[in-house]
Amino acid sequence: MKYTKEHEWLRVDGDVVVVGITAHAAEQLGDVVFVELPEPETQVVEGDEVCVIESVKAASDILAPLDGEIVAVNEKLVKAPGLVNEDPLGAWFFKMKVEDLSVLDDLMDEDEYADFIG
Amino acid sequence: MTGEARVSDLQRLGLHDLHVELGGRMVPFAGYEMPVQYPAGVMKEHLHTRAAAGLFDVSHMGQVILRPRAGMADLAAGFEALMPVDVAGLPPGRQRYGLFTNDRGGILDDLMFANRGDHLLVVVNAACKAADIAHMTAHLADVAEVLPVTDRALLALQGPAAETALMRIVPEVAAMRFMDVAVLDSAFGALWISRSGYTGEDGFEVSAPDAGADAFARALLAMDEVAPIGLGARDSLRLEAGLPLYGHDIDDQTTPVAAGLGWAIQKVRRTGGARAGGFPGAARILDELSTGPLALRVGIRPEGRAPMREGTVLWDAPEGGRNFGAITSGGFGPSVDAPIAMGYVPAGTTGTVWGEVRGRRLPAQVVPLPFHPTTYKR
Repeated sequence: MKYTKEHEWLRVDGDVVVVGITAHAAEQLGDVVFVELPEPETQVVEGDEVCVIESVKAASDILAPLDGEIVAVNEKLVKAPGLVNEDPLGAWFFKMKVEDLSVLDDLMDEDEYADFIG
Repeated sequence: MTGEARVSDLQRLGLHDLHVELGGRMVPFAGYEMPVQYPAGVMKEHLHTRAAAGLFDVSHMGQVILRPRAGMADLAAGFEALMPVDVAGLPPGRQRYGLFTNDRGGILDDLMFANRGDHLLVVVNAACKAADIAHMTAHLADVAEVLPVTDRALLALQGPAAETALMRIVPEVAAMRFMDVAVLDSAFGALWISRSGYTGEDGFEVSAPDAGADAFARALLAMDEVAPIGLGARDSLRLEAGLPLYGHDIDDQTTPVAAGLGWAIQKVRRTGGARAGGFPGAARILDELSTGPLALRVGIRPEGRAPMREGTVLWDAPEGGRNFGAITSGGFGPSVDAPIAMGYVPAGTTGTVWGEVRGRRLPAQVVPLPFHPTTYKR
């Protein structure tokens, strides 16, 4: 598992990267009540706003963690946004294909992320 | 985040340590460090209040005693010169909603005031507290001493089990009706109690002396029905109840009539009434009461699941058309289980409007308030 400074987790599954938000992020957001997902087959650039996530408190974006193509989205979250709070590691948002998986090496590992959130 | 205050600049509530002990997430609000939520989270806290009883610390609000220099009649007349509200007709033991207006008919603050026999007790919004005290001091000096209460906490106990819970401490509250006030002795000192609140639920607001407030709050929290509730759920509860929040849904640019608060202006202060007018902005407010305001605060119910937040622009058509209104409060209503909002549209607007969310116009319905029925014990 790898982590971004935007509080996303990334898990490699075969040749795709699965992306969700961390338990820390879910806790900070509060109860999630709305999720808007990108269209599959969308080309994205790192930093693009790809998902909207609204909690009882506020709206936030999920940014594309890497350059690549969105290949799948988790429609379950649209029906049941609360899954993001109940099981942040299970509640993936999208899967993306990237040209070179080695870009993940630059991201934080679990210990580094734990230090990052203090 | 803009305008974020440094924690060191903030005032602390008398019950600060209790909030921290309960796991409250403390945030800056109106110059105070306030619990926005506890570990249960906004959704559960909101639903708990509707199902049982929620305890809110609203000690940041201003409690002010107006002690008449001569008689209550002079004080009532002086207070009526600041508000389009019937003060003189409020019997002892009763509380009423009031509004300070300015010369243009805008709202300076909304408030509660109670007739406590030989004086009035006024409760005002935290963010307006200093301005309100200055306003009252400037205009009521001849008729009353304006005495801010600085040695009391203010707690709200709200929800269907509030009466059962509070009766264990002060059984007399069972006899109180909505908007009754009483001073009741307790093990925690004299409690100043009103049967009111800002959640749409039956419940009480209790002013407790600082010396007993912590123990009073702990005694309530020890009861099965009672859970601590933060500002987050306070906001979603009042939004579902259709209650406006000063600085968001009402301000010095909105009139009471446009805000849908015409009910707060009793007949006696309206055109033809025995004490008609004589308050700041009377010409405009009385005119709007008879001819109707240009814009009106309404309920807005998004058709989809996306919340429409404060500031969302409202259009009268899915494309083209006019930008003819805006959302002033919006979010998710846990009891309604849907996004809800309130805002201003031209008076007479019905049916579908379109809120611009992230560049797209999403349909919403103009609906009557409240979103969730109120359960006051009248």
